Amino acid sequence: MPVQFSETALAEVKRLVARYPEGKQKSALLPVLHLAQEQFGGWLSTETLDYVASLLQLSPIEVYEVATFYSMYNLQPVGKHVFEVCQTGPCMLNGSDEIIEYVWEKLGIRPGQTTTDGLFTLKTVECLGACGYAPMMQMGKHYREHLTRDKVDQIIAESRK
Amino acid sequence: MGRKLLLDKAHVENIRLYEVYRREGGYRSVEKALKSMSPDQVTDEVKKSGLRGRGGAGFPAGLKWSFLAKPEGVPRYLVVNADESEPGTFKDRYLMEFIPHLLIEGMITSSYALGSTTSYIYIRGEYAWIVDILEQAIAEARHNGWLGKNILGSGFDCDIHVQRGAGAYICGEETALLESLEGKRGNPRIKPPFPAVKGLWGCPTVVNNVETIAAVVPIINEGGEEYAKIGIGKSTGTKLISACGNINKPGVYEIDMTISVEEFIYSDEYCGGIPNGRKLKACIPGGSSVPILPANLLLKTAKGETRLMNYESLADGGFASGSMMGSGGFIVMDDRQCVVRHTYTLARFYRHESCGQCSPCREGTGWMEKILLNIETGKGKMSDIDLLWDIQRKIEGNTICPLGDAAAWPVAAAIRHFRDEFEWHVNHPEEAQTRNYGLAHYADPLVLTA
Repeated sequence: MPVQFSETALAEVKRLVARYPEGKQKSALLPVLHLAQEQFGGWLSTETLDYVASLLQLSPIEVYEVATFYSMYNLQPVGKHVFEVCQTGPCMLNGSDEIIEYVWEKLGIRPGQTTTDGLFTLKTVECLGACGYAPMMQMGKHYREHLTRDKVDQIIAESRK
Repeated sequence: MGRKLLLDKAHVENIRLYEVYRREGGYRSVEKALKSMSPDQVTDEVKKSGLRGRGGAGFPAGLKWSFLAKPEGVPRYLVVNADESEPGTFKDRYLMEFIPHLLIEGMITSSYALGSTTSYIYIRGEYAWIVDILEQAIAEARHNGWLGKNILGSGFDCDIHVQRGAGAYICGEETALLESLEGKRGNPRIKPPFPAVKGLWGCPTVVNNVETIAAVVPIINEGGEEYAKIGIGKSTGTKLISACGNINKPGVYEIDMTISVEEFIYSDEYCGGIPNGRKLKACIPGGSSVPILPANLLLKTAKGETRLMNYESLADGGFASGSMMGSGGFIVMDDRQCVVRHTYTLARFYRHESCGQCSPCREGTGWMEKILLNIETGKGKMSDIDLLWDIQRKIEGNTICPLGDAAAWPVAAAIRHFRDEFEWHVNHPEEAQTRNYGLAHYADPLVLTA
């Protein structure tokens, strides 16, 4: 199936491009890649990157070099729910290692892996700016903070519904 | 109880909404500036206030503004740095999440001073829900005539857009941020030229931190001289501190910079002390990049003076016995914590975040991470400690941007003040290994199984 944005998404691209001066549509690249990742199953395939390049009149390499630089772009398929657990200093002081171990134990996946049913991916990430609410993880657009084993159980149960 | 200038209204119910914010006196600074002041007068007030950049470097904001080149017929830009990514720092998030109109108001007034008719907020990609909050606030401001054409009949046009990053600490460095805003990899630029001359799309640009721009609101409302009366010495006004780690009340506090570090940690008004009857071991007072200090040097300077929560006092003693105010990310460690392990997580962070342009940083951060992991897991040699020292020394000052320094300083300070702890790991390999269960196993990401 060819990669193609919906009409709504195309309108959003147009709105994004209009925020910059004439001829500076490259500036829309990061937001358009976010949009593409949302629209096409949480990750960016080469086809998607090429499509974004054509949409913004860029050469594919300009899109590849950006997509590979920023850690929020997934260049491989991910599960439906991605647990991005922070492991940097301040979270570590408050037990993030134990949380990572617990998710690993509970779901049987190591950081970087996805469950065979395609439901969960575990990722370890570096500081997300929630150090006062540690340990924490990002799930999609939102943060889950003050994590405990019980809270992890609850989040997993919620996600399975 | 110190004076609050930024967060005094943060707890008013629904302050996020325009009507409430306006009712509480919001947007007065825009009225005052656009109706009764010239752009240069606004800049002069900021200069008089002594406001220093709140992102970490502490450079005087008014001076930075006065460097802005103003060639005829070339647009100028204000870009707000909301890429808050320094471990331990979450103050800008708090400000934007709870009182977004304060930033928008500060941006309009500042844009007027700088002559920026299109201004941008570059926000870290992970703060996705805050993008919605800011866009809502911008839409409300526009709807009520504070943005758009001919604001308040002054002839000044202004619009604000929010640009989302995508997960790169380096984009907090102002020229990397501009590259990213142009849709490129976040590789810092060689300076000069500085952004004030050649910034966004080659045009003169001022990049300021969220808190800096928010502080313009009380400065204009009350006057720069009044603002400068708060605080002490060159640490004028109030500062947001985000406190985390092993304390009873982690969170964001607005302080006037006359209080002592001891009061900040132990007073119920701020951090509320160390939990579970533990003792204070060490603290990184200004975000992960600044030197860690052991408790004795944190509370008192080497000369035995009480250390205060301000730029000068925190830096007293230089790196030998002092630290820095930095971004105000205050990380507290109790006596259970291992400095080696904490330093390892920071080294891993900097390796992950190095953009890879300069070899001392690209290679050095990786070496430091590996050596620290070895020491931490009981596989280190005594000579590794000197090797670490040597590597950090060769990174510092040898890179295009300050990320190299930021990666080097935490390692240097940890060895300087806690060398015995590194040696303990080398001398007690088995204990080091059992204590840090698992750590080594998930250091390397694995490929997908699905």
